[in-house]
Amino acid sequence: MRNRHAAAGIVRWLTAIAVAAAMAAPAPASGLDVSGSVSGERTVFTGDALHPEQGSGSASLAIAPEVYHQWESGPSLIFTPFLRLDSKDGERTHADIRELTYLKVGDGWEMRAGIGKVFWGTTEFVHLVDIVNQTDLVENIDGEEKLGQPMVRFSLVRDWGVIDLFALPYFRERTFPSIEGRLRYGLVVDTDQPVYESGDGQHHLDFAMRYSHSIGSIDLGLSWFSGTGREPSLLPGTDTLGQPVLIPFYELIDQVSLDLLMVTGQWLLKLETLHRSGQGEDYSALTGGAEYTFVGLGGTPADLGVILEWAYDDRGDTATTPFENDLAAAVRLVLNDMAGTEMLAGVIEDIGSNARIVSIEASRRLGDNIRASLEAYIFADIPADDPFRDLRNDDFLKLEVTLFL
Amino acid sequence: MFSFLQPLPSAAAADGKGLAIAREADSRMDGFADFTAEMVMVLKNRHGQESVREMRVRTLEVAGDGDKSLSIFDTPRDIKGTAFLNFTHKSGDDDQWLYLPALKRVKRISSRNKSGSFMGSEFAYEDIGSQEVEKYTYRWVRDETLSGKECHVVEFYPVDSKNSGYTKLVNWIDTAEYRTWQVQYYDRKDSLLKTLTISDYRQYLDRYWRAQEMNMVNHQNGKSTTLTWSKYTFRTGLTDGDFNRNSLARAR
Repeated sequence: MRNRHAAAGIVRWLTAIAVAAAMAAPAPASGLDVSGSVSGERTVFTGDALHPEQGSGSASLAIAPEVYHQWESGPSLIFTPFLRLDSKDGERTHADIRELTYLKVGDGWEMRAGIGKVFWGTTEFVHLVDIVNQTDLVENIDGEEKLGQPMVRFSLVRDWGVIDLFALPYFRERTFPSIEGRLRYGLVVDTDQPVYESGDGQHHLDFAMRYSHSIGSIDLGLSWFSGTGREPSLLPGTDTLGQPVLIPFYELIDQVSLDLLMVTGQWLLKLETLHRSGQGEDYSALTGGAEYTFVGLGGTPADLGVILEWAYDDRGDTATTPFENDLAAAVRLVLNDMAGTEMLAGVIEDIGSNARIVSIEASRRLGDNIRASLEAYIFADIPADDPFRDLRNDDFLKLEVTLFL
Repeated sequence: MFSFLQPLPSAAAADGKGLAIAREADSRMDGFADFTAEMVMVLKNRHGQESVREMRVRTLEVAGDGDKSLSIFDTPRDIKGTAFLNFTHKSGDDDQWLYLPALKRVKRISSRNKSGSFMGSEFAYEDIGSQEVEKYTYRWVRDETLSGKECHVVEFYPVDSKNSGYTKLVNWIDTAEYRTWQVQYYDRKDSLLKTLTISDYRQYLDRYWRAQEMNMVNHQNGKSTTLTWSKYTFRTGLTDGDFNRNSLARAR
């Protein structure tokens, strides 16, 4: 119940901010641009739950409105709250401000303040260097859903590249499933008692800097981050009732990273690499690979992309990521039809343990404003000592229907 | 990208007159500086079912190279906010990036898929990209009257024959203003694939002609796509700074 109260609190907060923003705004030159989406979701797990609290499936509803306004003098404000209700997992029922950003653009510079989201990186499977926003893990185990990050961001845009400076004044904790949720560790991660290395806790001021540039067929990004790491170490502990749980421990880290992409003909070559200190021993990690696109498959308008990537972490089995030496392959089929039908089928396999995750995702439009998607995950041949062992019975099928407004 | 400039000339042209016509058509587009416009694309399948895509386009003329353009999609709603940045080049592959708003991700994409369908329409990427003179060689065939207008009929042969979907394009270009009114596309087997009919030209800044309506009919699959352009505005003051990965990621 605690989380439902927390969610209600956040919603009230969101509403207050929206009202305040609307009232503080100078007389709008043009009206507010309101859009957004509502989606319904049904998940069915095909295997028996490993833990008695977990169910065999869930239903869920998410709303994500977007309000945008640009003043005649140039600056703009975007507000994107998010709310999810989940029938089974109290931690998955959550609200967030994905974005609440004031943007001012000058000649050769951009300034953003508020809550925002940025993405760094080039690869498809493992997003190694993307560190500014925290992962909203309860949304999707692919880790691509992110929580809004409070930030002030200044960008200097020049012929020789772009320099982004970030001040990140507030830390967002990673979300984890509750005891009722599937797709979790054997022990629940207790998000009520996070531990921070910094004495300032969530209020430690993090900094990041990035240089990025496109030179002909090459895009590159060189980044530095200093502050509380987004990826917690999970330590054994007990909750308030004395039950064993995992305690998320957020270390202070320093990280430098490089991301590269090169286009050559129908090939895309991708690389991401980082060096991090502060989370145990210093370590390096790398992911990279290639994508090739076959255009006009068999005389049809369809395109077929083939992706092969490798992920490596020099900590080996002690890595905080399960992808310490893994190979991933996928095919992406884009039909280029009226309904915008797309399919992505992939497999990621641990080179040491042969544990395999297979995922298939297909989607298409129904009419003009609805998109339906079907997602399937299979956790195959997971050995008892693999980081994914607790997901071995969590094969699932998820149907999502999203209405865009 | 979607500037649909009048076709331009090429150094390797086998035929002096064809090349001269292409160069003249191109030179009449010189100096437009930049423009913005809105476009509605209506896709129709052989059963008559329709699907609509709306987008806004900004284009910048680049001295000595192909245009830069930024396109922002408004519908279908599921791709609202998706934006596409294209640097066309007179020779070699174009540079292209796609912005995916849900992930806030700017993705480099391969521009080699010239023959690929644009947004599921009957227009290929190479049909809507900026038509640089250097991208074709030319042969003048004849002059003839098309719908009451005296036209040069000129065959265009793609220079990048390996990646183009066509062996040739037959263009009807009027002799008075060098505007293209009709294009026939021949596929790699040299059979007639598509016919583009262009209409409702309007003149801007007392010089630049732009068509408001383009209808592409695919003779082989029975589908068609109509592009309707509106709100052309020239010399809006766009600069290089409006066409980079940063401006792509904040395009509205």
